[in-house]
Amino acid sequence: MTQSMGMAEALRSAMRTAMQQDETVFLLGEDIGIAGGFGGGFTVTLGLADEFGHDRVMDTPIAETAIVGASVGAAMAGMRPVAEMQYGDFVFCAMDQVVNQAAKMRYMSNGQFSVPMVLRLPVGSTRRGAQHAQCSDAYFMHTPGLKVACPSTPYDTKGLLLAAIRDDDPVVFLEHKLLYGTGGRRQESTSVDVLSEVPEEDYEVPLGTVQVRREGQDITILANMLMLHRALAAAEELAAAGVSAEIIDMRCLAPLDLNPLVESVEKTNHVLIVEEDNITGGWGAEVAARLGEQAFYHLDAPIARLAAPDIPVPCAAALERVCVPQVEDIIREAQRVTPE
Amino acid sequence: MPRNASRCFWISCWSDFSTATDSPRSWVTVPPSNAIVGANIPIATGMALGYKLRSTDSVAVSFFGDGASNIGAFHEGLNLAAVANAPVVFVCENNLYGASTHISKATLLDDIAARAHSYGMPGVIVDGMDVEAVHQAAAKAVARARSGSGPTLLEAKTYRYSGHSRGDPCGYRDEEEVALWHKRDPVLRCRGLLADEYGVTAATLDQIEQECQSQVEDAVAFAQAEPDPEIHTCCENVFKA
Repeated sequence: MTQSMGMAEALRSAMRTAMQQDETVFLLGEDIGIAGGFGGGFTVTLGLADEFGHDRVMDTPIAETAIVGASVGAAMAGMRPVAEMQYGDFVFCAMDQVVNQAAKMRYMSNGQFSVPMVLRLPVGSTRRGAQHAQCSDAYFMHTPGLKVACPSTPYDTKGLLLAAIRDDDPVVFLEHKLLYGTGGRRQESTSVDVLSEVPEEDYEVPLGTVQVRREGQDITILANMLMLHRALAAAEELAAAGVSAEIIDMRCLAPLDLNPLVESVEKTNHVLIVEEDNITGGWGAEVAARLGEQAFYHLDAPIARLAAPDIPVPCAAALERVCVPQVEDIIREAQRVTPE
Repeated sequence: MPRNASRCFWISCWSDFSTATDSPRSWVTVPPSNAIVGANIPIATGMALGYKLRSTDSVAVSFFGDGASNIGAFHEGLNLAAVANAPVVFVCENNLYGASTHISKATLLDDIAARAHSYGMPGVIVDGMDVEAVHQAAAKAVARARSGSGPTLLEAKTYRYSGHSRGDPCGYRDEEEVALWHKRDPVLRCRGLLADEYGVTAATLDQIEQECQSQVEDAVAFAQAEPDPEIHTCCENVFKA
């Protein structure tokens, strides 16, 4: 049985399924369970405290180091915590616990301790200013010991979150705010209402995978989260202009499955990477380097990257528009890379 | 001392804190030592919360120095433990120095235990050079946590005999201060207590010290004799699989 769901609903469904099945799964974060409250910054956890109680849907002080640190400890003590940062940007308050603690505990203990935790981050620009806008994918992709998931569809969201909760390693789970959808009962002015038919029962989407969303012949476009949807929209217009784009959803950045990307490049001979965060050192830089190493002789043009310039994300709508890649930017770049 | 090189950081300790009859190694779980000052504090809070959620009667104990009581993780970890009623004991070994920095340069407080009041938990000061006093204070704090009454901040007043590291000539403190603290040496005082109040003979005490010395020497020899790890192991345990 499936149900049409947005991303917020899919997250809630995943957490409910996991918590029903496994007593060791619990949630922690700011404002996630308060009675009469809003279920976290984006209503994702609404109703879960009523069902599972306030011990398993734990409201915390504003203390990101403690939220992440306590998750590391609880995970080491046999629980499966799912911690939420109210905005992904706040993870930087807790980076020691993410990078020095969660990511390294297994290695430094020679496998005696594991940290089966999930850290959920609402990410992406929504015209709330530079400190409420980052995607931050690159920092976590760069850190050995962390897995990184960044779904673009509600179907993938539920399946990846279930896989992440059950994984015995720390997973950073990026959720784009504009993809939460109206089902989250909070709509952004520029949000994309993405719905999927999501199974009500248990299923998983494996971590460390990517997904071809649209087949094409002329150019391989790699994108994640919101950019994936803009790339799909661009692909429609590109098709009308005679450019057949193959769109691959980079739904997991670590571990990274390069094989489908190489196969695609062998077919299309052109690559455009579309990412929302700043261009320097973004995930696109790493993927471009690897494709340059492994698919060089299949390329008819340099690998192109479309990303934000190296500036903090502006708050003003007019400035944000030129910072974050838009559909017309993707169309323009794809045509530039594939002159026919 | 467990004769396993990968566990050379294990410490055998506190046999009285559990009534369990199984081996000491199963009473005590020791995570790797943490090079990030204070990072272990919120982790201990989390371990305690995990024990509580799993309905065990285990208690987490976090050890850190006076220097760590100024870092953010200390404040967040203690506050969360208090408000969440976590079964954890926070032990501050106040040895008056954080590396080369005297405590008076790092905080205006003389007593780290005074900070407990900020978080609504008991703050207890104990003579860290007195084995019996520390035992009693620790037992009380562990029992308090185990009974569901929440965390304690236990400050042990003590001293650091050696430098911060092996190469440290300690130019920032004077010989008099070091000598003064040596006079209060806990092992010597414990010897005196055992002899005077419990009638333990000098020969027995000497034997105990010799055995401890041998155990440490054996463990060091064992670790040093271990071959270098094989190169391929550098990629193991990044992830589970």
